[in-house]
Amino acid sequence: MWTEVRGLRDDIDYGTPPRDGEPVPVTVDGVGVTVPEGSSVMLAAAEAGCPVPKLCATDTLESFGSCRVCLVEIEGQRGYPASCTTLVAPDMVVTTQSKKLTKLRKGVMELYLSDFPESEIPGGWSEFHETLEAIGLNGHRYGEGRNHFDLRVDDSNPYFLFDPAKCIVCSRCVRACEEIQGTFALTIQARGFESKVAASQDETFMESECVSCGACVQACPSHALVEKSLFPGGYERA
Amino acid sequence: MPSAENPGMPEVACKVFVPRDTTARSMGADDVAAAIAVEAARRGESVTVVRNGSRGLYWLEPMIEVASGGVRHAYGPVQGSDVPSLFDAGFLAAGEHGLGLGPTEEIPYLARQSRLTFARVGITDPLLLEDYRALGGYEGLAKAIRLSREEIVDIVTESGLRGRGGAAFPTGIKWRTVLNAEGSQKYVTCNADEGDSGTFADRMVMESDPFVVIEGMTIAGLAVGATMGYIYLRAEYPLAIRIMNEAIEIAEAAGLLGDDVMDSGQAFHLEVREAAGAYICGEETSMLESLEGKRGMIRYRPPLPAIKGLFGAPTIVNNVITLASVPIILAEGAEYYRDYGTGRSRGTLTVQLAGNIKRGGLVEIGFGRPLRELLEDFGGGTATGRPIRAVQAGGPLGAYIHPSQFDAPLDYEAFAEFGGMIGHGGLVVFDDTVDMGEQARFAMEFCAIESCGKCTPCRIGAVRGVEVIDRILSGVDESDNLLLLRDLCDTMVAGSLCALGGMAPFPVISVLDHFSEDLRARKIQ
Repeated sequence: MWTEVRGLRDDIDYGTPPRDGEPVPVTVDGVGVTVPEGSSVMLAAAEAGCPVPKLCATDTLESFGSCRVCLVEIEGQRGYPASCTTLVAPDMVVTTQSKKLTKLRKGVMELYLSDFPESEIPGGWSEFHETLEAIGLNGHRYGEGRNHFDLRVDDSNPYFLFDPAKCIVCSRCVRACEEIQGTFALTIQARGFESKVAASQDETFMESECVSCGACVQACPSHALVEKSLFPGGYERA
Repeated sequence: MPSAENPGMPEVACKVFVPRDTTARSMGADDVAAAIAVEAARRGESVTVVRNGSRGLYWLEPMIEVASGGVRHAYGPVQGSDVPSLFDAGFLAAGEHGLGLGPTEEIPYLARQSRLTFARVGITDPLLLEDYRALGGYEGLAKAIRLSREEIVDIVTESGLRGRGGAAFPTGIKWRTVLNAEGSQKYVTCNADEGDSGTFADRMVMESDPFVVIEGMTIAGLAVGATMGYIYLRAEYPLAIRIMNEAIEIAEAAGLLGDDVMDSGQAFHLEVREAAGAYICGEETSMLESLEGKRGMIRYRPPLPAIKGLFGAPTIVNNVITLASVPIILAEGAEYYRDYGTGRSRGTLTVQLAGNIKRGGLVEIGFGRPLRELLEDFGGGTATGRPIRAVQAGGPLGAYIHPSQFDAPLDYEAFAEFGGMIGHGGLVVFDDTVDMGEQARFAMEFCAIESCGKCTPCRIGAVRGVEVIDRILSGVDESDNLLLLRDLCDTMVAGSLCALGGMAPFPVISVLDHFSEDLRARKIQ
């Protein structure tokens, strides 16, 4: 098994799935590391002990490239490629921390926060909150604007509920439903700022083709999809 | 310039040319054509009305032409009610009339152009294959058939042709990537989802010279070994869709498309696909998704479409004008084309003059001429007669150009130096009554409306952009919000997944840099 050879640990999220391939040496933040061809820069960075902040990436799903938090600098390349969708190349030199990258990541996270319920920011313990902490941000400068706070919570499923206000539209649930479960019950409906997770043809989870497997709940980084049992006595939004 | 007329032949009926393209028709060309037929019948004159494409002198549409003594003479803009007086003036023999413009080819706007890609546009009936061939059509393909794939790609590379859709990527390099890519099936796709504000070159060539697009795509197919091509054609262009489909049928019947193209033993099939009606579907990866029947979402790159494109196969994605420029490059040689232009911008650019401009229309001209020449000599300044305050080049994502920059040459690199973009060649002109604060807001609003919603900088950023600009204009924390707007632009430019979110800030930044007096709190009236 490749994972044994590479010594991947299951308590670390490498961001993108492991690959089998010829060894490729790269340098991340000055640390030399060798990963199989076809691996992402994000995986190499995690291997090198310099994990890149991320939201839409997780190593149980194929990379997607939507959250734009995992941007890095690569010698000889223009701009700030996303480390999840960029594959390693021999002797690639990657920088995961710089003033510019910090500013960019803060800029992106500020946008997320501008459409995230303020009361849910402090004290949270989701991946979203971990990423906020890693980037060092706890507020935003955008004031009150268009948001998704008033969308209705879908608690039709007996096991989990979906709170669109906390959804960051990373599509991890949609992809988990497709890639892990093969059910294709979830989709992103509408586009642009109106984009939202929908079950089947915008039905409730219970009415939809959802089979309650829980893959989406496990994949959700912001607890928009969350198990009901975690909230004894039912879920109440503060 | 070639002429469709053959002066050696006895004239049976006098030919009158009335354009059939969308612009001319929207200006009343159909009424004019009908009026000419009625008036000719009433007077017992023998007249054949030919529905040609437009010459692109749009401020003169409907511009009709008569062939007299082997020379085409133009009149315009003509309305149906002008027709009797044109007959009275003897226009069929180029008689003098108040709407007379003289010999068409001598009209300075046209005479000063270098029409290579548009060599036949406006001269012929777009769907007459014999006219197309009489004016050099299919010479490029005939030559390509005698060459190896590598040789075709070499010629396109040497010509210096770069993508005319906006990104200006060297066409030859793209083709070589597809040629060298492994794959039993390859595709040629033509991006005809022309959606930049003020642009119409794609529509014009498809409506006025459809065979040149077909020929260009066929050459591309031969060059890379693709047997199937798709034209992803903007649904809002119903006439172009009809004409392209008819032209494909005619080409198929003539053995110019199909299983054995021009007896070469090579197959190339072509289909028109109606676009989904979203600006984002003009982005190449989103276009491929849409062509596959999916929702038009952006794919991350790499892999490039040239390696993994339509249905996962190696795919050429080129703009209409890029493909329409290929036949003349093959027919006349790489050098002929490369001799036009300057620096790394070779050949001709099809500039589309639009907005508040006196003489709007299509100007095909070698790269390197100053922007001012286009605006003043060709365009004649604003339609309102007021001074030009700003020009937006390259579509809704292009920077606003300040008059102090008007001496910049039309050259991809020269424009990039000041943060500008030539893009698809559209120039939208504004006079001094324009509110640049509103224009900055519009850039963000456009991005918000057209965002596919996949990446965060575009999905949320564009909406916040509108809100922040609104706050600035209404005087709320002006300096803080100006700073925030700069930061937001930076996040979107550096962080977005595709060019929509990545470039929508450019017009905003240009307003911040050059028109900052408009991006501040409004005085309460």
